[in-house]
Amino acid sequence: MSNSAPTLVVDDLRIVGVPSMASIIDELTLEVNPGEILGVVGESGSGKTTLGLSLLNYCKEGTKVEGGTVSIRDNNLAALNWRQVRSLRGRTVAYIPQSPASALNPALRISTQLRECISGDSSTVLSRVREVLREVALPDDDDFLARYPHQLSGGQQQRVAIAMAFMARPALIVMDEPTTGLDVSTQEHVLLTVREMCKTYDCAAVYISHDMAVVAELADRIAVMYSGRIVEIGRTADVLDHPAHPYTSRLLLAVPDLEAIRPMVGIPGNAPSPMGRPQGCAFAPRCPLADSGCSVEAPKAVTMGERHSVRCFKAGRALPPTPARPQRERSVRAPEDRPVIDISGLKAGYGKFTVLEDISLSVYPGDCVALLGESGSGKTTLSRCIAGLHHNFTGGLTLDGEPLATSSFKRSPEQRRRVQYIFQNPYESLNPRRTVEELILQPVQAVRGRVRNARDLVATALERASLRPDHARRYPDQLSGGERQRVAIARALATEPEVLICDEITSALDVSVQSSLVDLLRGLQAEMGLTLLFITHNIALVRNMAQQVAVLERGRIVEFGDVADIFKDPQHAYTRSLMSATPNFQLPRQAYSDPAAGASLLGAPDPVQL
Amino acid sequence: MSRMLFRRSLFGLFTLWIVSIVVFLATQALPGDAAQAILGREATPERLAALRAQLHLGGSLPEQYFSWLGHVVTFNMGSSLASGNPVVDTIGPMVLNSTVLMFASAVIAIPLAVVIGTWSALKKDTGVDHVTGVVTLVLASLPEFVVGVLLVLLLSTGLLHLFPAVFVQIPGEHVWTHPDQLVLPVLTLVLAVSPYIIRIMRATMLEVLDSQYVQQARLKGLPEREVIWRHAIPNAIGPVAQVIALQLAWLIGGVVIVEYLFRFPGIGFELIDSVTNRDLPVIQALVIIIALFYVIVNLLADVVTLAVNPKVRTAQ
Repeated sequence: MSNSAPTLVVDDLRIVGVPSMASIIDELTLEVNPGEILGVVGESGSGKTTLGLSLLNYCKEGTKVEGGTVSIRDNNLAALNWRQVRSLRGRTVAYIPQSPASALNPALRISTQLRECISGDSSTVLSRVREVLREVALPDDDDFLARYPHQLSGGQQQRVAIAMAFMARPALIVMDEPTTGLDVSTQEHVLLTVREMCKTYDCAAVYISHDMAVVAELADRIAVMYSGRIVEIGRTADVLDHPAHPYTSRLLLAVPDLEAIRPMVGIPGNAPSPMGRPQGCAFAPRCPLADSGCSVEAPKAVTMGERHSVRCFKAGRALPPTPARPQRERSVRAPEDRPVIDISGLKAGYGKFTVLEDISLSVYPGDCVALLGESGSGKTTLSRCIAGLHHNFTGGLTLDGEPLATSSFKRSPEQRRRVQYIFQNPYESLNPRRTVEELILQPVQAVRGRVRNARDLVATALERASLRPDHARRYPDQLSGGERQRVAIARALATEPEVLICDEITSALDVSVQSSLVDLLRGLQAEMGLTLLFITHNIALVRNMAQQVAVLERGRIVEFGDVADIFKDPQHAYTRSLMSATPNFQLPRQAYSDPAAGASLLGAPDPVQL
Repeated sequence: MSRMLFRRSLFGLFTLWIVSIVVFLATQALPGDAAQAILGREATPERLAALRAQLHLGGSLPEQYFSWLGHVVTFNMGSSLASGNPVVDTIGPMVLNSTVLMFASAVIAIPLAVVIGTWSALKKDTGVDHVTGVVTLVLASLPEFVVGVLLVLLLSTGLLHLFPAVFVQIPGEHVWTHPDQLVLPVLTLVLAVSPYIIRIMRATMLEVLDSQYVQQARLKGLPEREVIWRHAIPNAIGPVAQVIALQLAWLIGGVVIVEYLFRFPGIGFELIDSVTNRDLPVIQALVIIIALFYVIVNLLADVVTLAVNPKVRTAQ
């Protein structure tokens, strides 16, 4: 770390929404030194993207800077005129966007988009383009330069975006979730590139992410944002080993552990929206340490150590233990058990294009079987075949020994009742014009016709999904993302199914919510004896959720077995590469065990509320 | 891409073929006797026989169709029943006149609408945008003959006396010899087609301006001019081209009414005339020309859409 003047200084920044004047970012102060990477971690709605854009003096529509300053190399952005800001952008401070697929212009060649980043005579610019492309480990030949974004893979696109940012040798780089949506192996390459590029150019960087595991690997310092404020900022090691803010501690516990030593615990409740932030400390309603004083006044920043400060009245106080459900890592079955779902020699595709080949899989009652694979591995297609949503397949598929028709239309109502599906994105899977009650009743009516005790049925389903009875009359847009996904779960449970197919159901949600949902599903599995098919790309989640795992690579199951065995001793090269590419996020033991009792916190499960 | 265009062209030819069957069935193979229908009840048997021979009404239906089709594709459409001149000679100048009218309208309307739509999107939620929105909505909801009549009242007979209200063609002169006569018909057509293009251009442009790549272009520090012209417009033009094509195809229908209103000697005017006179060969020829125009315009729109979309252009 260099001791020269900081590259970026943000002082008491306040950004508000227009015209509501609700603060999106408040009292935000931070600095980043040259060559230093600051990770900004926060859940959706915490204001991290707004912060990132404000560092380029860019306000999204409906927001404006209300107070405070952002200075880059002693240039106060607010004092510059429009033209000066423009010449600063891309040259002194550059931005790497979240999704390169949408941030690269689809109508322009790579070379055009790279060359326009700097001015100068054509041959100098071109040689600089080639140099930067080589630095991010991309080809630099004319053929590659002439390509359009759609002719590149996701990882290549993101590397082009990185190259674009480094073209003008900026002093500061702002990265907004640059690896979200990439496969783990691609993510690993991109992170490596980012780190090397920052080192090569001695460039300060602000890395915004919701993924604590990624930030922990990459950043020198971490800033944790909650409801528009930095609640804790400090060196990575300090924040991870001695988190002083209750939110930080709980956020760390919510990250799934690849080695499953530490239980994965969610944070009850939801992060407040900018419009509905509570008085006082915004985290107080979810905080296990909160008392009446916390909701009167917002805490000021307290210094905990060198460059480590926290906004909490109870900074550094240990949290009460968080009991977690013990995790089963093996399939338990009696010799006489028959598989509830039995797939043999399944082959599926779209038109002439084969997606799945030679799939054989037996799922036993009461187990959770994870289908693990990267994008394009065919895991969703397989789950859709089982649910009867994808008809174009051949091979054996039985439910409790009875063969299932390829199309759900040809299956009997009873068969349809027994297999239910929860979709990836709760923002799209719930009809916005129906109340929660109507949504929950729909599948029941579809399989059983008229329902007599509709109210009780809805109440039971809501209770099982840990929702309140008054949620029944709400519409989906009155619910948070986590609540929506619980409604989707309640809808699936309403028909009393035996098999629940969960298709990446946490990937659109925050980590704290993800952990609560995983806990909910595990509870349901234990209490109702549900069989779960859990589709995911997140290997750490598999370990915290499933008893058995099937690893899919390019449409084939390359490895299948009990979670305990596969994680201990993966046989297939692909499984091993997945495991090594995933950031292994470990916390010191005192972070999750009760120091007084000296024992692990694995105890009786407590019901997770909203 | 060329394979795609080839396929689209084949599809166009197929459309034309279907049109030819419909035209043939609706005119030639009318229930009863086409010759009788044309000549009326008082026709003498000799005249009926002569007309039947001229219209190739002998033989079975498929035989009739193929001999008729053979004449169509060789541009031998027979003679006009009203004037006795060959159809091609009768409608040739009309097609040219209408093309001039439509071409002038398109050349003015398309760039104008694209620019106004873009401008309106850039000035979103300002006075300019609101005025454009209201004006285009009003124009879009008025039928073109109302617009035409209003323009005549405003610029010709009522308030101002700038342009002639009807078109007077002096034989042997081209329609463009007196451009002032063209102003009102062209203006009517421009006002009729522009609103839709403006509205779709504004909507598409807003979407594009809201996109991540435009935000990224701004965050790269590019001048606003380059952001608009290099990053935004090429992505907006694809969807707009389809609407422009629809509007151009509409033009040829709208031209019938506008030509009638201004007594402009084009295909629309001629079509109404020949329908009144039951001039079967001329009607057939005109309908096929109009269909041909539809096919060509849609093909052009496809070419533009494909050309601005690198995904399609680079597809193997």
